[in-house]
Amino acid sequence: MRLVKEFAIATALTIAAGLSIASGHAHEVKIGDLEIIHPWSRQPLPAARVGAGFFVIANEGKTDDRLIKATAAISDNVQIHEMAMEDGVMKMKELTGGLVIPAGSTVELKPGSYHIMFMDLKERPVEGTAFEGTLTFEKAGTVSVTYEVEAPDAGMN
Amino acid sequence: MIRKSRLVFGSVTLGVAAVLAAILLISHVWRENPLPAMALGGPFRLASANGGIVDSEQLRGHPYGVFFGFTHCPEVCPTTLYEMSQTLGELGDQAKDFRLFMITVDPERDTAALLKEYVGNFDPRMEGLVPTPEELKAVAKSFRAYYDKQPTSDGSYTMNHTAMVYLMDRDGRFVTVIPYGDTPEGRLEKVRRLLGQG
Ligand SMILES: [Cu+2]
Repeated sequence: MRLVKEFAIATALTIAAGLSIASGHAHEVKIGDLEIIHPWSRQPLPAARVGAGFFVIANEGKTDDRLIKATAAISDNVQIHEMAMEDGVMKMKELTGGLVIPAGSTVELKPGSYHIMFMDLKERPVEGTAFEGTLTFEKAGTVSVTYEVEAPDAGMN
Repeated sequence: MIRKSRLVFGSVTLGVAAVLAAILLISHVWRENPLPAMALGGPFRLASANGGIVDSEQLRGHPYGVFFGFTHCPEVCPTTLYEMSQTLGELGDQAKDFRLFMITVDPERDTAALLKEYVGNFDPRMEGLVPTPEELKAVAKSFRAYYDKQPTSDGSYTMNHTAMVYLMDRDGRFVTVIPYGDTPEGRLEKVRRLLGQG
């Protein structure tokens, strides 16, 4: 079981690393047992009032942790969201209790799934630039991250 | 006694089998042709974000698409607009009669000006529609589309909503849907099929 988990983490990390190298954005930060890999966002549409942030969190520790808060330079109102498609209906909700990062697992924030939601954008980040943010974990504490801004249609079909 | 329970067991089994067969049949038909022969969509008259009114009666002769969305949407709505822009771009003049309407499910925040600017980032065949809350209720019902408000911790809200493009033929009849996450080939094929009809 442990071996399987380790293998899963190694695979996820390899894929994540491969992806970020491939797109020329290899960047990750560590805090405690957590590693945050390739935070990125999209350049918002000219009229959009919201944006979303994505990254992969790997928990290499023996205890679960929980992402409980996020901040960003582009918004004073940042939330942790879950999105899912259910019978053709897009459902999005705020994870007011935070997002659990199980011990020995990776959790992926990605389009169509968990994401950091930047509400009421006060700045409109431009493709090719980056903006700062923080993530606060229940156990590991607070870490600074840099979101790379990609094209408005990055990661779509 | 034994015979009776056997009989009951037998008819229960038969009943279950019949239900299973029906489910299989329905899901098969559904896969072949999503939402078969349903009278989806009804006549509508809604304010356009570009000014004026869009009346489904006046769309006769134009195949069109409809989807529900809102501008505070982080993912599904911009993706749909991008993907459909790509599809229409690829079809070019073949789809010159086609129109695609984004009906906002958030008339509270989505003013005509905001929606116009938002949709204006995309293919010019796309147009935002701004119903009143009552009109929204009626038009969503006619497409059997779902929407609801999800409160957020800051006292604001986000919207859950049906995420698919309904395709309507030149006579205003429902043909099929492009589900969210469809492939570029799937989208192209469905719009092409729509344009080829009639
Ligand atoms: Cu969100």
